[in-house]
Amino acid sequence: MARLTIDDLLKIKEKHKAEFQLREGGYRAKVTVHMGTCGIAAGARAVMTAVMEEISKANVTDVIVTTSGCAGLCAREPLATVEIMNQPPVRYCDLNEQKMREIFQEHVIGGKPIEKYALVTGCETTY
Amino acid sequence: MEKVRANLMLCAGTGCVASGTMKVKAALQEELKKRGLEEEIKLVLTGCNGYCAEGPVMVVHPDEIFYQRLTVEEIPTLVEEHFLKGRPYQKLMFKEPEKKTAMPLMKDIPFFKLQVLRVLRNKGLIDPEKMEEYISRDGYQAAAKALTQMKPEDIIKVVKDSGVRGRGGAGFPTGLKWEFASKSKSDVKYMLCNGDEGDPGAFMDRSVMESDPHSVIEGMIIGARAIGSNYGYIYVRAEYPLAVKRLRLAIDQATEAGLLGKNILDTGFDFELDIYLGAGAFVCGEETALMRSIEGKRGMPRPRPPFPAHKGLWDKPSVLNNVETLAQIAPIIMNGAEWYRSLGTEKSSGTKVFALTGAINNVGLVEVPMGIPLRRIIYDIGGGPKKGRKFKAVQLGGPSGGCIPESLLDIPVTYEDIVATGAIVGSGGMVVMDDNTCMVGTAKFFLDFTADESCGKCTPCRVGTKILLDMLTDITEGKGKVEDIETLQDLGRDIIAASLCGLGQTAPNPVLTTIKYFRDEYESHIIDKWCKAGVCRNLSSFWIDEKLCKACGACLRACPSKAIVGEKKVPHKIIQELCVHCRTCYDTCKFKSINILPAGFEGDPAEFLAAAAAKKEGGNA
Repeated sequence: MARLTIDDLLKIKEKHKAEFQLREGGYRAKVTVHMGTCGIAAGARAVMTAVMEEISKANVTDVIVTTSGCAGLCAREPLATVEIMNQPPVRYCDLNEQKMREIFQEHVIGGKPIEKYALVTGCETTY
Repeated sequence: MEKVRANLMLCAGTGCVASGTMKVKAALQEELKKRGLEEEIKLVLTGCNGYCAEGPVMVVHPDEIFYQRLTVEEIPTLVEEHFLKGRPYQKLMFKEPEKKTAMPLMKDIPFFKLQVLRVLRNKGLIDPEKMEEYISRDGYQAAAKALTQMKPEDIIKVVKDSGVRGRGGAGFPTGLKWEFASKSKSDVKYMLCNGDEGDPGAFMDRSVMESDPHSVIEGMIIGARAIGSNYGYIYVRAEYPLAVKRLRLAIDQATEAGLLGKNILDTGFDFELDIYLGAGAFVCGEETALMRSIEGKRGMPRPRPPFPAHKGLWDKPSVLNNVETLAQIAPIIMNGAEWYRSLGTEKSSGTKVFALTGAINNVGLVEVPMGIPLRRIIYDIGGGPKKGRKFKAVQLGGPSGGCIPESLLDIPVTYEDIVATGAIVGSGGMVVMDDNTCMVGTAKFFLDFTADESCGKCTPCRVGTKILLDMLTDITEGKGKVEDIETLQDLGRDIIAASLCGLGQTAPNPVLTTIKYFRDEYESHIIDKWCKAGVCRNLSSFWIDEKLCKACGACLRACPSKAIVGEKKVPHKIIQELCVHCRTCYDTCKFKSINILPAGFEGDPAEFLAAAAAKKEGGNA
């Protein structure tokens, strides 16, 4: 590594911000893609990949994506929950890759939940 | 940008590596690749997580799930369940000792929940071999601030006002030590770090050196600036090869980046740092002996004055600080003295890392605010003694410290309060002992250590510790005399008064505190020839209570001398002539049906025990 200046110290911190937010918490939005056997069978992996690609494309550092087990409503899989800090969480159902991308743009980035894709607002939170 | 959605923080501290972290790492990498997850899930090797007895341990972020006792065999299931299907794997989670329910989140587990991390602020969150990760957690910001915005007097003032005291054991105010050295006039001064950590059972410094080496380096840069030094050494014991490796790597990385060496961060300040290896002598943890050792001489202390702040390494003004003390400096500079004082007490501010070990459920490193009641550390964080055992004493401060009995468990852990009991906070070793421990044997164990480690320079220590050891050995073998207790105390006090250095000045503490709080055990060994814990072989005999014996045969099978006879439904019996007093039967019996009686006992055990209990009651009345 070349000699660092004081500015460089701050730049390095900024560069790793996303990764450390993953480790320390402090994210703004969390997308949980429900997996479990039912979810995977219904296509949750494609939904998951879509979210990760969208995060990459949007180049945001305050959004994390994680998985959870079966949410219980297996007939409406794939399911995903979007939690924005200090707002009620929204659970979406019957998803596919394209719907997930729309939800990402309008809800996660834009802040407006898409009602027609939503199952329910205000289920249990994880923060 | 990488599409990483999860970080697996796998502990690679010495304890977990010894339990198989590297094999688990290889298995994880293979399994993640097999499942096509290696792009989205990143495996990070961190330093010591602190929960050392249950390793290898791993934390999954952002889920905050804690896993323990990972094995290569379980990895495929773990990866499939948690990372593929999103169902955290219960089998590897933390479970409370008595209950079977799993606690998935690390922040709920009492061992972690009740700690306040300042020294260990980067615990489990960074890869210690990547300097960029340290920088990402505000690393070297304090050094930059100290070098560009503060004068040496300012640095000393903040450290003095914070009240931080040396964490190596003596508890001397760090700011004051730096002030003395800064006022000494010399062209050359030395900034030193004591990474010798000789106390048996202490591993706080090991953890910091392995897991967060840059925090030590940063503290030294700030200290060097404060006292006016351009050269420094970290004295590390050779028995910590991983710490040596990580420190070496950290120094090299920092030097390359211009954070060490000439003209640090273009401020014109020079500080060169090197490592010096210890060679296995406990006494070299003593500051003047340590400096003699770096000079290439035999590690032997010398009288003070002159103090090292005036004449230290090669007779130049030197400051020696403990690893844990130095790791606290950067946050103090960034956040100020008031912030540091927000925890702890007036005279003992801040937090302290303790190495909680022994007969307790949760073993590991614990960082808590000073002033916390001892009971809270042992019961709430440590989880108390194991099932079926009773708390007896806790040894604080290693071989220089003393035992604290149950009656004193509510004292706050501060330098002053602990010293008042006869023990010392010391470097932070906390060994819990249960009713299976012999206190005379414990005193003997520590004297065995200090007598061996005595450098030999001064008579009180060289001869005195040996005499104490011999007397204790005699007592444990049944050759004790009634006068011995008085003699041990007199001799102990003389050794403390007349020894040249801290080794001798504290070596008698275990003896004096065990006599003070467990005198009845000494009397029992000497007068009754009875070691009630069954540890001293010559002073115990074992008898099965026929009324309680369930004839399960467990002790019969376990006995190495085949000294137990019995059959199903027939209460078992120990043949005294064959018994070697190893206590295996007592440890094996699940029904508490074996009693420990004096050596060579003859007669009715039940009658004897009833009489002994009555005498004790009568004595207490």
